[in-house]
Amino acid sequence: MLDPRDAQDLAQIITDAGARGTPLELRGGGTKADFGAPREAEVVSLTALTGVVDYDPAELVLTVRPGTPLADVQALVAAEGQMLAFEPYGAPGATIGGAIAAAVAGSRRVTAGSARDHLLGFTAISGRGESFVAGAKVVKNVTGYDLPKLMAGSWGRLGAMTELTLKVLPAPRCTVTLMAEGLMAEAAHALMAAALGSNADVSAAAHLAHGITLLRVAGFAPSVEYRCNALPKLMTAHGTFSRLDGAEAAPLWHEAMTGNALHGAIRWRVHLPPRRAPELVARFGTQWAMDWGGGQVWIALDDTGTALREAAAALGGEAVLMQAPPEMRTRVPAFQPRAPGVMALEARVRRAFDPLGVFATARFAEDAHADQLPA
Amino acid sequence: MPLPDAATLAKRERIIAAMRAIVPGGGVLGGSVIVETDALRPWESDALTAYRQPPMLVVLPETTAQVSAILKWCHAENVKVVPRGSGTSLSGGALPLADAVLLGLGKFKRILEVDHEDRIAVVQPGVTNLAITQAVEGRGFYYAPDPSSQIACSIGGNVAENSGGVHCLKYGLTTNNVLGVELVLMDGEIVRLGGRHLDPCGLDLLGVVVGSEGLLGVVTEVTVRILPKPETARAVLVGFPDAEQAGTCVAQVIAEGIIPAGMEMMDRPAIHAAEAFVQVGYPLDVGALLIVEVDGPAAECDYLISEIARIASENGAATSRVSTDEAERMAFWAGRKAAFPAVGRISPDYLCMDGTIPRRRLPEVLRRMEELSAHHGLGVANVFHAGDGNLHPLILYDANVPGQLDAAEAFGSDILRLCVEVGGVLTGEHGVGIEKRDLMPVMFTDADLKQQQRVKCAFDPDLLLNPGKVFPVLHRCAELGRMHVHHGQVPFPDLPRF
Repeated sequence: MLDPRDAQDLAQIITDAGARGTPLELRGGGTKADFGAPREAEVVSLTALTGVVDYDPAELVLTVRPGTPLADVQALVAAEGQMLAFEPYGAPGATIGGAIAAAVAGSRRVTAGSARDHLLGFTAISGRGESFVAGAKVVKNVTGYDLPKLMAGSWGRLGAMTELTLKVLPAPRCTVTLMAEGLMAEAAHALMAAALGSNADVSAAAHLAHGITLLRVAGFAPSVEYRCNALPKLMTAHGTFSRLDGAEAAPLWHEAMTGNALHGAIRWRVHLPPRRAPELVARFGTQWAMDWGGGQVWIALDDTGTALREAAAALGGEAVLMQAPPEMRTRVPAFQPRAPGVMALEARVRRAFDPLGVFATARFAEDAHADQLPA
Repeated sequence: MPLPDAATLAKRERIIAAMRAIVPGGGVLGGSVIVETDALRPWESDALTAYRQPPMLVVLPETTAQVSAILKWCHAENVKVVPRGSGTSLSGGALPLADAVLLGLGKFKRILEVDHEDRIAVVQPGVTNLAITQAVEGRGFYYAPDPSSQIACSIGGNVAENSGGVHCLKYGLTTNNVLGVELVLMDGEIVRLGGRHLDPCGLDLLGVVVGSEGLLGVVTEVTVRILPKPETARAVLVGFPDAEQAGTCVAQVIAEGIIPAGMEMMDRPAIHAAEAFVQVGYPLDVGALLIVEVDGPAAECDYLISEIARIASENGAATSRVSTDEAERMAFWAGRKAAFPAVGRISPDYLCMDGTIPRRRLPEVLRRMEELSAHHGLGVANVFHAGDGNLHPLILYDANVPGQLDAAEAFGSDILRLCVEVGGVLTGEHGVGIEKRDLMPVMFTDADLKQQQRVKCAFDPDLLLNPGKVFPVLHRCAELGRMHVHHGQVPFPDLPRF
């Protein structure tokens, strides 16, 4: 494993890899190393690139190095009454760079946006070994192409970030979870759609297969109080609610946003139009959890086939293979393949950052043409 | 701008014939393909009227297939294309070229679908920003980004420019509210990026298309998110002795965890111009005026307004008025929304700038702007999206006085250089276009700009789509793709390269 001490070191490693024809896998905490196809690549650990470069809470802007542990970043902003609004989560050791590169977003994503919506700017080393800057360190900017959008969720395939600037927001002063029990998927989805479509400013909505439906109401206390009273009246057709405090609700939300409590060797994450979520879960057993009002569904199975991916596609969604034995990950690409024209365009964009294929490790086999290792 | 290509001009008649074959039909004013000199004049500029250039011709297709055929033909014939929505760009993004086809999307007017349950609307690019809200408000929804030109500007143009508005601190820019587009590439290929659900697989190409100023492709369909309309909104109007106190008030509001729906600041010249124009009762003896709007349930608005009033008073507010009804709230906004025409009344011409700065640098920036004002001999009035640090200095000049336009542009450039110097950016919401193109090297290094241009090459390798905008130097894609070869060996020899 290569372990660059700083950005210069990293640039040299990338330049050398290009010259040698050795693909590199960029890694933060390595908590997602089992995602994607098994591959042979030299790993570059970014965990030495840590620390806060600048943080001015009143500007709502935070600049950090990518290897900074996610938990440290969250603790730092929490101490100022702020948050990363896309609610990233990770296993112990997860880094902020990894969370952004994998576009990890929790339950609040449905109303607050994803990693892409909160990455304001970055400095990175491209596959050419060149350092470049994109975006900016202010919250409002349209100067030049919005490359931060491309970088978020790019899984280290465009460049190695050396510094990233995030938008931070005030954390809600008060959060209450309203819980309904005993609803089937169809009814739960209707409830979530009604709540998210109401003006009661529900910030997250999830439903667990064991019949628990969650609505999160957050903000200043007088407003939260008012909305927690108003919502059940708007929702009389959907049953009754009980209130959970933060500690009671946290494990349930965690279950909904991570799918971690589900049983099965194969774990899929499906993004789809929320109204199609009940149809999907009806076909795939009992090990599932809906978040984002139904827009994200976790499903665990023991079957190593791809019927679920086909079903998701038929419903207008896309299934990501999040966890599976190596044999299946070799055979089934992590991401649902896009239309050929889009795949070709993605490949051209990747080559715009990485002409030599330094970051092409065969981890993402759905685009074999661009990501295959040289014979 | 690049010099017009003689070979293209020489085949104008052939281009016209080809466009008429693709988009038949007569109708008013030359029909769907406009070629007469008089009829081309209305198309010679967008809202940045200091720049004018009649296009070679205008074509107004109605279907994606026609857009695809037009681009495919132009690509094969090496003819440049400038896409245009409603032409409200403030940065010259839709400025025509003498040797380019101007591709107008004005006939793409249909709202294709509204899905209230999934909270999305699928619309054609020529639909106006406001028309989306009008189509969904019956069921209590709206489309959040609200650029001041929302009555006229098109959603396709909003996508190209990543438009904002006074509410974007809380609700985001266009990019945060768009789920998918249908895009036609310069070679005529039609692709769908994103769609009807969140976080699709693959690279976020949609994210880079939004705000690409018409350089990457032509948008022919847009899927937007719609939001439930807040129960109510209230505003407070606060006057401060000077802008510094107004600035510390803004910082404290945010530090106390409040993200208002809108937070606008005006300086003394802007206050006076606006009040003289619309007479809404703005205090005239203050140095800075803040309009803070909150929205949500009434209980929340009441609470937040009282908190903001407290913070304002702690920061030395001289006057404070809370809106008691909708009419009064609208009156508070009337002056702010009329600020541009109001300044247009006190000065024959004005140039509107659009930099963003870290808010903490505001007092310094305003002080140095006064010095620049004296240096260039031109007045300036400031309106300011205070919550997100987006400044709109309005430089006052008279185009009929020789030298004043040049002085105004030099003043504007100095302001934007100042914004970058203090850690900000050249444009917060208006786009680079032609206006700020040559200032790009102030903010980006050569390596930064080349990386952006390589993305352009991935979409449009022949640089035919909206050339001359955004980038100060046009590098050929082959030149940008060049790379070092060590010992005569290219690594990964089977990879495709451009």
